[in-house]
Amino acid sequence: MFRPLATALTIALTLTGGVALAQQGPLRIEITEGVIEPLPFAAPGFIAENGAAQQYAADITRVIAADLAGTGLFREIPASAHISRVSSFDAPIAYNDWKAINAQALITGAVSASGNQIVVKFRLFDIFSGQPLGEGLQFAGTPDTWRRMAHKVADAAYSRITGETGYFDSRVVYVQESGPKDARQKRVAVMDYDGANTQYLTDSSSLVLAPRFSPNGSQILFTSYASGFPRIYLMNMQNMQVRALDEQPGTMTFAPRFAPDGRTVVFSLEQGGNSDIYTLDTQSGQRRQLTNSPSIETAPSFSPDGSQIVFESDRSGTSQIYVMSAGGGEARRISSGEGRYNTPVWSPRGDMIAFTKQNAGRFHIGVMRTNGSEERLLTASFLDEGPTWAPNGRVLMFTREGAGASGQASLYSVDISGRNLKQVPTNGPASDPAWSPLLP
Amino acid sequence: MTMISKGLLLVAVLGLAACNNPGRFGAGGAGGAGAGGQYGQGGYGAGGIGQSGLGGPNDPTSTAYFQQTLGDRVFFSYDQSTVDDAARQTLTQQAQWLNQNPNYAIIIEGHADEKGTREYNLALGARRASSAQDFLISQGVAPSRMRTVSYGKERPVQVCSSEDCYAKNRRAVTVLSQGAGM
Repeated sequence: MFRPLATALTIALTLTGGVALAQQGPLRIEITEGVIEPLPFAAPGFIAENGAAQQYAADITRVIAADLAGTGLFREIPASAHISRVSSFDAPIAYNDWKAINAQALITGAVSASGNQIVVKFRLFDIFSGQPLGEGLQFAGTPDTWRRMAHKVADAAYSRITGETGYFDSRVVYVQESGPKDARQKRVAVMDYDGANTQYLTDSSSLVLAPRFSPNGSQILFTSYASGFPRIYLMNMQNMQVRALDEQPGTMTFAPRFAPDGRTVVFSLEQGGNSDIYTLDTQSGQRRQLTNSPSIETAPSFSPDGSQIVFESDRSGTSQIYVMSAGGGEARRISSGEGRYNTPVWSPRGDMIAFTKQNAGRFHIGVMRTNGSEERLLTASFLDEGPTWAPNGRVLMFTREGAGASGQASLYSVDISGRNLKQVPTNGPASDPAWSPLLP
Repeated sequence: MTMISKGLLLVAVLGLAACNNPGRFGAGGAGGAGAGGQYGQGGYGAGGIGQSGLGGPNDPTSTAYFQQTLGDRVFFSYDQSTVDDAARQTLTQQAQWLNQNPNYAIIIEGHADEKGTREYNLALGARRASSAQDFLISQGVAPSRMRTVSYGKERPVQVCSSEDCYAKNRRAVTVLSQGAGM
């Protein structure tokens, strides 16, 4: 669960004695340009400032390095190649020793543990310009937040080098699957973005589908068959309480997502075989119909400024992507390539729409501009579907499923450049990921 | 809610009946039987099973007859929800039986194959269930006895990834539960 973060983690004290530095050194990766050669960095083991901190220091260093290397933008230089040893956090940096092994970035840090608190300090250095990149930072929190502190260090390093916000201190809500395909059991689960700290939010007594975070991560929406019929539910992540959002008999509700206001939910409601898009005010209960067409209208997703909704419709005969105003009304088709387009999701940066495309017997995850131009397919497989954006809008996670009885579902991630496709570790088969915002 | 628990009870009973039948998949002819076995063990759970004489597939008043001899399901083409000739024939017989056995309430389940996204398949399954329901209504079955539910691609009966299996998964299944007047 997200604990109230102010109490879990106190952040970002500027370390004293730092020299005033340029905000941006020459060390820089432009993510959009499709990096060919990952940037080599060194992350010598963080110094344990007392005995109790030793394990934390080793673990935190490992997670930071894994976060950065896992992006495909960075390559860790193994400790065995290091010439210089970092003996204390404040010791001068032997730039030439790091230069000699071609490290371009150096991350140093120290960890202390006392009572119910651990403190992590770190600095980032630009080796070739011979100076720190940004100021030192310090994070303090309870011992169980050590992974989050590591992710925050990695986010800071990533951000300073790429100029983008990070995404490591985030979580993913998804569906954990078990059993054979013809008797699959499903549970809503949540984990750190890298697959650590899995927690189950529902049991497997009811079929559940497609959980989604609220904009601040405090609630999730999902679809459940608990009543015998698909309905959308809202779970409070603090106390795990669940309530049904819309209980009109004779209807099915599904595909819910929050509006950026954190109060309005957009979803599909089916009645008499026809699915249309509605919004519901979760506080007043007021419902509003946005589309009114005999075709399938589903998978709605708000633009981050709340002004527009992207959705799929088969009104043209096959499923395509449309954009309409947040209040409904005339919709504009934006997909124009061959095949079927589904599950459009607006990027948190507002600049792109990710989607599932089905064409010639294959499924793809792709991205396009919000006007439908510059379509790029990032993946291809027997079945890829349901992309979700990393909070910085640079990485997508999605479901990949293989053919036949052995083709269980799993989670994958890929850069919007199409690079760095990899499986996300989960406890068994998993589907329907939805990324949280970056945690505060 | 009471309607649902009645439905679950009967589904569980049908599940048992199907399990006791050695030829539970297909031997009954007419479109393949045996939905009960799957659902009895699936997401519904099998608690609270009551026993009553349901008769065998040769007893025209039995639910086994409805499921296996008449056929409890109809099939659809890829990405389609139109009721074709074969489906009309099955549904016509279902309607006659349902009109003669007014004490059953009906849930029509719509299903899709795996070649589609989750949300789209939910909507598509709903369309299929609704098509089957509309046809039954046209044959005189009271709308008040029927409800539909879509499972999208969540409950395939066949798991091979070939057209043979997909064709069996693109279906609408008429599930009976005792007690009319839902």
